[in-house]
Amino acid sequence: MKVRVDQDKCVSSGQCVLNASDVFDQRDEDGVVVLLNENPPPDQSDNVRKAVAACPALAIEIEE
Amino acid sequence: MTERMSDTLTSEETTDAAVPFYPMDRDAKCPFAPPPQMLKMNEAKPLSRVRIWDGSTPWLVTGYDVARELFADSRVSVDDRREGFPHWNEHMLATVHKRPRSVFTSDAEEHTRFRRMLSKPFTFKRVEGLRSAIQQVTDECIDDILASEKPADIVSKLALPVPTRVISEMLGVPYEDHEFFQHHANIGLARYATAEDGQKGAMGLAKYLTDLVKAKMENPSEDAVSDLAERVNAGEISVKEAAQLGTGLLIAGHETTANMIGIGVLALLENPDQAAALRDADDPKDIANAVEELMRYLSIIQNGQRRVAIEDIEIAGETIRAGEGIILDLAPANWDARMYPEPDKLDLSRDNAGQHLGFGYGRHQCVGQQLARAELQIVFHTLFRRIPTLQLAVPFEEVPFKHDRLAYGVYELPVTW
Repeated sequence: MKVRVDQDKCVSSGQCVLNASDVFDQRDEDGVVVLLNENPPPDQSDNVRKAVAACPALAIEIEE
Repeated sequence: MTERMSDTLTSEETTDAAVPFYPMDRDAKCPFAPPPQMLKMNEAKPLSRVRIWDGSTPWLVTGYDVARELFADSRVSVDDRREGFPHWNEHMLATVHKRPRSVFTSDAEEHTRFRRMLSKPFTFKRVEGLRSAIQQVTDECIDDILASEKPADIVSKLALPVPTRVISEMLGVPYEDHEFFQHHANIGLARYATAEDGQKGAMGLAKYLTDLVKAKMENPSEDAVSDLAERVNAGEISVKEAAQLGTGLLIAGHETTANMIGIGVLALLENPDQAAALRDADDPKDIANAVEELMRYLSIIQNGQRRVAIEDIEIAGETIRAGEGIILDLAPANWDARMYPEPDKLDLSRDNAGQHLGFGYGRHQCVGQQLARAELQIVFHTLFRRIPTLQLAVPFEEVPFKHDRLAYGVYELPVTW
């Protein structure tokens, strides 16, 4: 799985970290998404899919 | 209001007379359920026309899928200065050009700029770091309940003080002032506010926050209002804008969570098997899911999220024209049987509960949602752990519900144990 994030779209909801904290983090100053791992291991795939579905700004894209 | 409504109705074409009035009443016998008329409308179509207080006929979205899609659609605006915007009430219309733009009323880049100024204290990790403080405040409130005479009121002794103390601390608002800001927030949240009443509430709080921002510009400390004051000093925003953003955080930060705690405790008392499951849960994931389901089941934000279309939008077989108002009501969407089978059942282990729209969706989704989650998880679980014999001290029919507020809940909740 390959993950991409769009920091311009991000609204700092924290939904990605809530669902997949091994793959996503937030910038301390404004909560904008930080991608920790653009090729997460298979055991993280479900969490990443949940993060994609939960992101209110549609700022995460994945290629399976 | 009723008179004006019937005048409008008789002067319109007969086909328009069938357009139902919004907002709709809940059934007093099923106070947890969304208004039955809305559920019925949603069985037929996920969006339909309603008539609101000023006689206009915006779209009411009741379906889960359509709500989620429109929340995330950039052709849908929150700018309440636009022609066709379906205002909540007379007060909001009367003040539309007086209120500074804020995170609630701006779109696109302007919105992103405001939102990022507010997000720092509410990131997932910052909120995780607050859990022990929230736990401590919660335990103190429950100590106080256990030491007091029966019956005790859950609203004034737990539901209000926990989120109010937490948000006061985060914002740097002195907790001693809580009676003042709770009172003014209350006036401001009246569902059918006249221009005059709304103005009183809004002015009192705006003045309070303006003074606070000015004080923090001189003497900043480690809190969210100081962060805003710093931006004023840096010339990024005006004092008025900072005060408007601070007011939003203060009201949204205590009033919504407080209502969710009060009515959530009542829903759990009415579903003792679910309360027992939550009490006995040890896995934080189960406790978290329970809170998501309570959010889905109760959707306390009533009166609908207001929007206006800025281009024609084709959706679910209908065309929303540019300039037409859109009202997204969270409660019927969260009770949409196409998404949630047996929606009237409170099932704390429901596997898709986390996809509820209780915090809204799209770029305006609740800024403080991670804080609200942490507070609700801690409060519900701790309360039923520490007082397992908790029960209602009055007949259910006598519990006073907030039918007349923008945020639904209960005015008081007398309990015994």
